[in-house]
Amino acid sequence: MTAPSPKPANADILVVDDVVVRFDTPDGPVTAVDHVSFGVRPGEFLSVIGPSGCGKSTLFNVIGGLLGHTSGVVSVCGETINSPHQSIGMVFQEESTFPWRSVTDNVAFPLELIGMPKAQRIERARHFIALVGLDGFENRYPNELSGGMRQRVSLARTLASEPKILLMDEPFAALDEQTRLLLGDKVLQIQQQLKQTTLLITHNITEAVQMSDRILVMTYRPGKVKRIVDIDLPRPRTSEIVGSEAFGRYVAQIWADLREEASRGMRDEEEHALHQTGAAS
Amino acid sequence: MTMAGTTPRRRVSLGGALPALTGLGTLIAFFAIMEVLIRSGGLNRFIVPPPSEIIASFPRIIVEEQVLSRFVMTLTECLTAGVMLTIVGVSGGVLMQRFKLLQQACETWVAALASAPVVLCYPLFLVIFGRNAWTIIMMGFVSGLPPVILKTLEGISGTRKVLVNVGRSFNLTPTQQFWKILFPAALPTIFVGIRLGLIFALINVVGVEFLINFGGLGQLINELAERYDLSGTYAAICFVVLVSVLFFMVLEKAERWLTRAE
Ligand SMILES: Nc1ncnc2c1ncn2[C@@H]1O[C@H](COP(=O)(O)OP(=O)(O)O)[C@@H](O)[C@H]1O
Ligand SMILES: [Mg+2]
Repeated sequence: MTAPSPKPANADILVVDDVVVRFDTPDGPVTAVDHVSFGVRPGEFLSVIGPSGCGKSTLFNVIGGLLGHTSGVVSVCGETINSPHQSIGMVFQEESTFPWRSVTDNVAFPLELIGMPKAQRIERARHFIALVGLDGFENRYPNELSGGMRQRVSLARTLASEPKILLMDEPFAALDEQTRLLLGDKVLQIQQQLKQTTLLITHNITEAVQMSDRILVMTYRPGKVKRIVDIDLPRPRTSEIVGSEAFGRYVAQIWADLREEASRGMRDEEEHALHQTGAAS
Repeated sequence: MTMAGTTPRRRVSLGGALPALTGLGTLIAFFAIMEVLIRSGGLNRFIVPPPSEIIASFPRIIVEEQVLSRFVMTLTECLTAGVMLTIVGVSGGVLMQRFKLLQQACETWVAALASAPVVLCYPLFLVIFGRNAWTIIMMGFVSGLPPVILKTLEGISGTRKVLVNVGRSFNLTPTQQFWKILFPAALPTIFVGIRLGLIFALINVVGVEFLINFGGLGQLINELAERYDLSGTYAAICFVVLVSVLFFMVLEKAERWLTRAE
């Protein structure tokens, strides 16, 4: 019942066309991303959801130009990507602030690279620090901040490079539930304010439904596009919308898709574990 | 990480006097016990002179043995060796990280050199450099080099992958990637190496001064011991301790400055 991938339209700012990523492992080749195609429209918030191990991060790294792909084409504004493209800004799942730089210097990092004069880049950095709600922490160092605040520093640093497309790989996965909800609100608010084209990788259904215009559901191994769901909910969406009936229907629908994949993933892992213990004894 | 340590230390600055006072108190208590033990005959005063006599001999060795100029000499030798091993060691570590072949070829024997008693090679150095300060400096340099190389290598290779990826995603050139990400990320580990290297260098500088009977405090200790001037010998040893204290204070300042300055 896999839906055929829709042909990417020309208006799309990001086009992923028939991308395959295969890894050579000691146990033979592993296909992490299998003929994935989709497009992202300007200003759109698209989430990619799937069970862990389905190839989400691999896809993220390919779009970000950090990882080569086996076949297919990724293009941004019509330019084919083979290495990191300046129009794409990435926010990583792991803690990625520079511990040796203050909040301001972290956020000013991309501005420093383009040679912006110091006074000007500090002012720009302040703007983005305020945007993520960290005013008052400009001179702190990452080790003085909580996990959620550090993730906001990373977000501000990426936003400061003013990417056309913001690419986020499970940016809240390491945070507690409350922080995650609040940060989700913040990201959504910023995204709406800047009309920032955003691609969010997640395994959290609620998060995806709350934030996205569309959700791309991936299958478990090999990672294919299972379905793309339009989320037709009014904006602005705060964490309050989570209780509504329409919201619940979307969650249920996506969960139905995901459950099948997740349980396949679980069985696969169990078999793998059994196989390993079998081989060891 | 070093930087994580600086903040709490700053925060508890009021209570910061207590550990220092306790440390000083322990030291004084130790000397008082030694004094009592020696005076009561529990310890032989011809092996260990009482602390009060050591203190009393300070003016004598300062005036008669030019201890201050010797102190400056030993300090200069250590600083020269320290600067050399920092420059050569860090560059060596960086080169080894850059060129995998070099790393595969050299890492093992550099590690072996780290635990080898290099001081036994002093006759060779004497032949090469002559009986002068360079023999001493080079011995300190060679013995302190391995930990600097190894820790630099470890620090740079151990840079978290995600930080490297941040750099790549911002399209950094290899040079920028090194100076803006790898090097600052490795700096705390590099300083651990430099600190170890300086300890080895200091030990070897004083040791070789003693062995070849040339130069600063090591030679003085040698002479005083031969004259059986025990309180003078221990007083000179106090100056060696002072060298190392000064040394590490300077290093700590440098580390603070480098890891926080931007
Ligand atoms: N560098 C690699 N070498 C070999 N296999 C890899 C590599 N990176 C990822 N994989 C495999 O590809 C699959 C997808 O991984 P990943 O993209 O990290 O999944 P997700 O982010 O969805 O959890 C996993 O089965 C993983 O084991
Ligand atoms: Mg992942």
